[in-house]
Amino acid sequence: MEIPFTVHARPDTGLYNGKLGVWLFLASEVMLFGALFSSLILIRTGSTTPWPEGWKELHVYPAMINTFVLIASSVFVIMAWANLRLRKPKVARMWIAATLLCGFAFMGIKGYEYSLSFAHHHFPKTNNFFAIYFTMTGLHGLHVLGGMVVFAYFLTKGWSMHEHEYQRFTNRIEIVGLYWHFVDLVWIFLFPTLYLL
Amino acid sequence: MAQKRQVRVGSQWMYARDAEKALSEALRVMKEEEGHHESFITKYVFSQDHKWIGVQYGVTALCFLLFGFFLMIMMRLQLGWPGEPFWVIKMFFHGDGKLLPEQYNQLGAMHGTIMVFLAIVPLAVGAFGNYVVPLQIGAPDMAFPKLNMASYWCYLPGGLVMLASMFLLQTKGGAAQSGWTSYPPLSDIASQGQTWWLVGMIFLITSSLLGSVNFIVTIIQLRAKGMTWDRLPFFVWAQFVTSFLLLLAFPPLEAAGVLQLMDRVAGTSFFLPSGLVVSGEVLKNAGGGNPLLWQHLFWFLAHPEVYVLILPAMGIVAEIIANNTRKSLWGYRSMVGASIFLGFMSFIVWAHHMFMTGMGQALSAFFQTTTMIISIPSVIILSALFITLWGGSIRFNVPMLFALAFLPMFGIGGLTGLPLGLATTDIHLHDTYYVIGHFHYVVAPGTIFAMFAGIYYWFPKVTGRMLNEKLGKLHFWSSFVFINGIFMPMFYQGLAGVSRRLYDGGIQYAHAKEAASATNPFMSACAVGLFLSQLPFIYNFFTSIKWGERVGANPWQANTLEWVATTSPPLGHGNFTTVPVVYRGPYDYSLPGSADDYLPQTTPEPGTVAAPVIAPAPVVA
Amino acid sequence: MSDHAIEQHDNQEHHDDHDSPENIQKEIRKYLGVFLALVAGTILTVWVRLGPLHLPEGQAILVALIIAFVKGSLVAGFFMHLLNEKKLIYSVLILTVFFFAVLMYLPVTEVLGKFGYH
Repeated sequence: MEIPFTVHARPDTGLYNGKLGVWLFLASEVMLFGALFSSLILIRTGSTTPWPEGWKELHVYPAMINTFVLIASSVFVIMAWANLRLRKPKVARMWIAATLLCGFAFMGIKGYEYSLSFAHHHFPKTNNFFAIYFTMTGLHGLHVLGGMVVFAYFLTKGWSMHEHEYQRFTNRIEIVGLYWHFVDLVWIFLFPTLYLL
Repeated sequence: MAQKRQVRVGSQWMYARDAEKALSEALRVMKEEEGHHESFITKYVFSQDHKWIGVQYGVTALCFLLFGFFLMIMMRLQLGWPGEPFWVIKMFFHGDGKLLPEQYNQLGAMHGTIMVFLAIVPLAVGAFGNYVVPLQIGAPDMAFPKLNMASYWCYLPGGLVMLASMFLLQTKGGAAQSGWTSYPPLSDIASQGQTWWLVGMIFLITSSLLGSVNFIVTIIQLRAKGMTWDRLPFFVWAQFVTSFLLLLAFPPLEAAGVLQLMDRVAGTSFFLPSGLVVSGEVLKNAGGGNPLLWQHLFWFLAHPEVYVLILPAMGIVAEIIANNTRKSLWGYRSMVGASIFLGFMSFIVWAHHMFMTGMGQALSAFFQTTTMIISIPSVIILSALFITLWGGSIRFNVPMLFALAFLPMFGIGGLTGLPLGLATTDIHLHDTYYVIGHFHYVVAPGTIFAMFAGIYYWFPKVTGRMLNEKLGKLHFWSSFVFINGIFMPMFYQGLAGVSRRLYDGGIQYAHAKEAASATNPFMSACAVGLFLSQLPFIYNFFTSIKWGERVGANPWQANTLEWVATTSPPLGHGNFTTVPVVYRGPYDYSLPGSADDYLPQTTPEPGTVAAPVIAPAPVVA
Repeated sequence: MSDHAIEQHDNQEHHDDHDSPENIQKEIRKYLGVFLALVAGTILTVWVRLGPLHLPEGQAILVALIIAFVKGSLVAGFFMHLLNEKKLIYSVLILTVFFFAVLMYLPVTEVLGKFGYH
């Protein structure tokens, strides 16, 4: 027997299974990053030495560009989903590719930032400011990487699903889009918190 | 004319039209076989069927349960007869068979970790939850079968990493030995085993997270027609609330685990204060960290975790009590409401584990208040179960014996929690054996008894055979006696001031010596007795799979949907031949005016026609 | 199998008003508007902190957080469609945010010395 509501919504909840699933997963991610933000605040307020000024220790302008890159990628992925709903899968595929490219750009700029820090002998063990900076941006980066893997899959092996299960494929892009927007959301808070405050 | 034309099929001549029908049927069967062709690997190793995954979880968890028990036996031998050599200790740790303090600490940390994360939760949620929930709501499987498979395959490696740390690191400082609570600074500077523990935990937390998403979506989305929220068996409600606890409470521990890994591997100082002196030298870290940060993040998970341990157990007990009193559950609505309230409150009581850390009065008062409030829903649930017994036609079979025993045992555990939840009395009792007595009562004669009840109850559904009743009663009575013998004296020990986590059981402290030495040998003897009491169960379990009494689909005359499905539902073909339709709640036992003393949930009102239902010929197990 | 056909048909109708090309084009215009707002917000955040204003630390934190919240709400509300999402999702998120707030706030009160005698 088929599992119901994988593609079409259950009438009383108005949701299909994957959508509910991804929102629940995102709720757990809110708690994960939330715990790290709470740790940052606890360590910072309890610090007996003056907390370093983020804009002096880190590189604001590359990070700002990275913010633009992520915001753009958020638009790209939702354009992909919109085009799938407009029954234009080929256009959608280009938007997915663009999203993936933004992911590469983000990781590249981030790698460049890290290398600048290492060149200044700033490592996680240098002090708690750098510890939390590397840990939080590192974990965020891992999440970006995870999203990139999924996009790469949908561009290649996963692409064929759109031929025989179009709606199900569209739903999958919606779901990965939600995840990607969340990753963007975390960065929207992370950037000012670490670099500007 | 075309209709009269014949063709030859094999050695037969038949009309073309008949041949066409036969051919299309043959093609259909071939395609079905092809589509359903599963190798041993996809069917039994990387199974996506919730029933087999439930069995995988169950067997794995029971193995870990036994191993965790074995670790405790070694601890109890040391506690009962400190410094004496024992063969089992020699077999495990080599050397002269006398337990060293650091080995005792490893046993303590790993016993706790294994019991909580590798045995009880995987059994209660992974095994019982996975197998029973989809059946009880009338679903063909969980919402995300692949995710379910991934969940088990994160659990097993995590468990193996933990296990490996005990066996592979004995010459490299041993396994984790900073308590299952892994408090820094000690855990930050501990030997390699602690890093393995952290890695194992990350696997386990991931497994939990994937599972919890699956459970919540399944229960919300895949309930059969007519299975409204107020017709859900209490067991399903309990699993539902439990899954929310796992979903939202585990991530902070994952974050904490990452931070501790960074401290240990990358040299950060998240939990290391400045100027920490280790072995006479100041640690060369950046410092500025806060050991209490770990405690907050850890207990933020670990408190809801204890409700993860108890809620499924309460669910199992409720099902068995209703079934074996032939009565409806008293106060079903209150029980459901209490469970939801309990789940919510469990997130805001965590620092009652931290009363002795120097928290200010206002914060202590806050957590003390929420802790007192959270005892109310537990009382509601327990009372409802007790009241259900009143006027019931009680059948004292083995599941019912375990379920009945759960009630007073959990009652003792819960009541002894109260002086711990009050900050003032906790001053005297914190980190003593009183705490150990309290939490073991809720988990050991509490949850584990409920697990046994569940095993005896659902064994015939999984295998089509019953576990032997006589062996079951022997298992129950001997376990019941010995388990109380181990844990009851702990309250006395704690009140007398015997501290926990002492490798010699407290005899080095003058004020604790008398209480410790008077009780420890007796408790340790009971521990050995408890171990021996499990042997009839293990024997029963394996022999009954092969030679147990065969039964039909519903040997307990129960109402819930899993009993309406066929005996031992086959893997990979969905659970019900036709989609079940639900017409009534799960507890319509002894309904006035009905012929039987039970009415399965698929029974429509008299005078109406039921949708065609279930039960092909039973699959021979 | 007929259920399946009916389901499809229902969804077809449902999709027609939601997924009409005009509606989707409207949505796309909204997305572009949000994108511009997000870019502007980012530039604003940097300018407020590093530009000529020189706000004291407390105020700077407040302003930066407000801008971040607005940006976050735009992403959540429009890109993630939270504004049109079902009640069930909302309730899960509100619960989550509550627990997050508890975790964020309570331990810190200790360190800030707000509660307690030390």
